[in-house]
Amino acid sequence: MITILFFAGHQETIGKEQIEWNKAGVTISELKRDLQEKYPALTLDQSMAAVNEEYAADDTMVNDSDIVAFIPPVSGG
Amino acid sequence: MNKKRFAITKEAISIEEIINLVVNPHAGAVNTFIGTVREFTKGKQTLSLEYDAYIPMAEKKLVQIGEEISEKWPGSEVAITHRIGHLAISDIAVVIAVAAPHRAESYEASRYAIERIKEVVPIWKKEHWEDGEQWIGDQLEQTAYPTGKPEKEHLS
Repeated sequence: MITILFFAGHQETIGKEQIEWNKAGVTISELKRDLQEKYPALTLDQSMAAVNEEYAADDTMVNDSDIVAFIPPVSGG
Repeated sequence: MNKKRFAITKEAISIEEIINLVVNPHAGAVNTFIGTVREFTKGKQTLSLEYDAYIPMAEKKLVQIGEEISEKWPGSEVAITHRIGHLAISDIAVVIAVAAPHRAESYEASRYAIERIKEVVPIWKKEHWEDGEQWIGDQLEQTAYPTGKPEKEHLS
């Protein structure tokens, strides 16, 4: 089981701050693909992923009990 | 108030408190940068703003920026606090204080800190206008992630 966090526009698109996802052992890009299948309105192309609070590349493997966050382009300051 | 050097807060930021976190006997300059809520962006009026953050990761990334500054400008001390939640026009969104032995590095490090915040710290702002609202996603106020995502060297 992995936890997936959504922020800003993503959070509004799917109406949730986080979901539990019952499929570990996939890469970030596979996870993005699966999520977009489940939530067609979600656009993750411009977003970075973070695994356990650190930016992660598309080929990073997501393991059981990891926390994945999708980070849309940031706009702090 | 928060006494951490690198913090995300839901409260109004006290500039003085941030400065007090960095003042030290080796410093000959303390530079402060104060980011405020802008009412007019290219002629379009903003009524208010909302900031959201991935708080634990955002604080980690602020710490990382502090470490980068310590490496680039040895002897400097940095504190950064960013506010989230609902902010009104001219409210303070971010305060950066850099204490350094000499003024030149205090200016440079302060500039570096705000540019890095806009690249790597997971904070988002939503502008509320008369006729709508939108999450703003343009790093450095230009384009979304210049190359589609933060550059590799920014991510470590």
